[in-house]
Amino acid sequence: MTGNSSKVWMLHLALLAVLFSAQYWLSPYNVTNLSRIMVLAVFAMGYNLAFGYTGLLSLGHALLLGAGMYAAGLPAQLWGWSAGPAFIAGIAGGGLVAAALGLLALRTAGVSFMIVTLMFAQAGYLTLLYFAPVTGGDDGFAVVATSRTLMGFDLSTDTPRFLAALMIFAVGLLASLALVRSPFGRTMVAMRENEERSRMLGYNPFTVKLAALTISGLYAGAAGAAYAILFGYVGASFATIQYSILPMLYVLLGGAGTTLGPFLGALLMFALIEAATGITTAHQFIVGAALVVLVLFAPKGILGTIRERWVRWLP
Amino acid sequence: MTNGLLHPTRRGLLMAGGAGLLTAALPGYVAAQAAPVKIGFQLHRTGIGAAYGRWYERTAQAALKAINDAGGIAGRPVEILFEDDATDPKRGSEVVDKLTQSDGCDLVMGTLFSHVVMGSAPRAGELKVPYLVCSEGYHVASGALNRWTLQPGITDVRAQISTMAPWVAANLGKKVTMVFPDYAFGHDHRDFFTAAIQAQGGEVVAQIAVPPTETSFTRYFPQIPAETEVLYHVMVGPAVLTFVKELGEFYGTGAKPALFGFIDSLEAVDTATPGLEFLEGSHFWEAHPRVKAADAGEHEGHYRAAVGVDDNGASVSDAADVSTYSHMFSTWETLYFIKQAMEASGYTGPADRQKLVEAMEAITDLPYGIERPQGAKRFNGKTHQVFGAQHISQVQGGKLVKVHTTTIDEGMYEDAVDYTTMYF
Repeated sequence: MTGNSSKVWMLHLALLAVLFSAQYWLSPYNVTNLSRIMVLAVFAMGYNLAFGYTGLLSLGHALLLGAGMYAAGLPAQLWGWSAGPAFIAGIAGGGLVAAALGLLALRTAGVSFMIVTLMFAQAGYLTLLYFAPVTGGDDGFAVVATSRTLMGFDLSTDTPRFLAALMIFAVGLLASLALVRSPFGRTMVAMRENEERSRMLGYNPFTVKLAALTISGLYAGAAGAAYAILFGYVGASFATIQYSILPMLYVLLGGAGTTLGPFLGALLMFALIEAATGITTAHQFIVGAALVVLVLFAPKGILGTIRERWVRWLP
Repeated sequence: MTNGLLHPTRRGLLMAGGAGLLTAALPGYVAAQAAPVKIGFQLHRTGIGAAYGRWYERTAQAALKAINDAGGIAGRPVEILFEDDATDPKRGSEVVDKLTQSDGCDLVMGTLFSHVVMGSAPRAGELKVPYLVCSEGYHVASGALNRWTLQPGITDVRAQISTMAPWVAANLGKKVTMVFPDYAFGHDHRDFFTAAIQAQGGEVVAQIAVPPTETSFTRYFPQIPAETEVLYHVMVGPAVLTFVKELGEFYGTGAKPALFGFIDSLEAVDTATPGLEFLEGSHFWEAHPRVKAADAGEHEGHYRAAVGVDDNGASVSDAADVSTYSHMFSTWETLYFIKQAMEASGYTGPADRQKLVEAMEAITDLPYGIERPQGAKRFNGKTHQVFGAQHISQVQGGKLVKVHTTTIDEGMYEDAVDYTTMYF
């Protein structure tokens, strides 16, 4: 392991250690919020793999989040599945829908890809509304308590929920780090930087991008399933355009193409909304203004800027 | 032995000590008595529910002032902490958390949109905090939620719809075509009204579901069967103006079915708005008549004055600012329901929350009064749902004029759940 490599792993493990310790020094309210942030960060990490590393600017990730949420929530609701199998179903649901989406949408690129993914996501949202007798439509449904237990732990209570969220986040973060440092991760970046040159070097861009999008879908599915199980609600609002834009904002804020950027972005955005609501009723204006400032003065996001100027080894 | 300050007896010392302790404890007692009851209000300040949220806040503020002016709750002043949920279920859940854990509210109330209720109620159940919604959704009475969630301020949509069918069948016709948005709100109307009109010997001859993304409706109108006597419409949102305009163009000056709608379509919208002329003569459900009825109760005027609403249902400071009159009373009535239950249970703080819910479940009759300006109500502690009379109004000269009032009994239905048997 090189010097930089050990620094990278140490940094990530240190973050996980700090997060683990947070349950002892944060208030219960903020521990729950941190659980939410970690789940959202998993979603954003998946988005980052597609957008930040592979250059796939998708506006359809709400479809993948919703797929994971319903793939976990519906078996729980209809057949009483417990948290473990429901969570696995959620991950699979996100991955499968992402693969199907990729097979069709990756025939396009750039702005067309954005529009096609947006259309598929909208179709997915309307499908959830159309099958309201099963999906609960726009109202959604509350996940039954029996499906929110894992190996005897009640995931609707603070500590088990926090530890479950941390576990999912930790696996997602370390897998993401391992992936982007692997040869395949380099290939993903190559697709982002120069797809034609990669093709000339013998790579199949379609296969690489399809794999990246599918992995991104696994993350989104995990986040959707985790939200359903940990917070007890499944609803079509999570499949709306808003949830395609949110991970993009998290990633842009934290730093696209950085492993820790999605978490930082989700954390700061959450904190910004919390702080802004305490100052003014026009809190969304403050959030919007902050994003405009960011785009103007730090277009590579916080960690992207830090990496560019000071810490070159940041992954 | 002499008694006195310099030579106190043992009894004297004990009495003095006891008095000292009492005196020392007194400020704490007084402070506890004066500590305000803190009510968290989950407010749709932004997002799709913002028009409702603005009036919900105004009405709740008016009720708060009235309650505090009359001595508060059990002698304690009352505070409301409003927190915007952006009409979003995810944020709604976070807001319940914030109001309860961070702001220390005794309970949370005020949510209107069903999906926000569904998204927030699980968290209220986890936190074991009373969650009083003002939503009119059937989700509470259906048994989909939990023991901590109640709807004591507004009749649910199932009861509202069911009470309309007898009057529609008797006065407008028995062959009904329904046009509704193709999501949960529309589906509730489709299912409950279809059953209710059948019970009256009528029938729904066509159900036309319109996707929520639709912006033009002309292509749906040819699906309305010619035999239709009543067109039941519940389109909502900005597209409703287009819907009415295009419907008017479709029928022109020729024969048309009677129109019956729910005021949800036109809450916060002036019925005299240009483009809505086609609604002249048509009928609407109203929970609380927007235009002050000739036979309005004695408390109606006081309620309107307190909230700042004129006799047409618009803001006293801006006649173009039309209220959400058929929904906003629920926040007023919910606050008085909280007051009644807190005083009945001897509520002193969050440790008494379970006792508070049990006291709420024990409430049955809620008579007409300033506490309930919309009308008398009956609360079902088993289903956590309140029931009240409903109204039908006709558009006459661009104004809604009340023409019929149902009874409470017409809206009652069999219990689908008994929350009182569930664990806290």
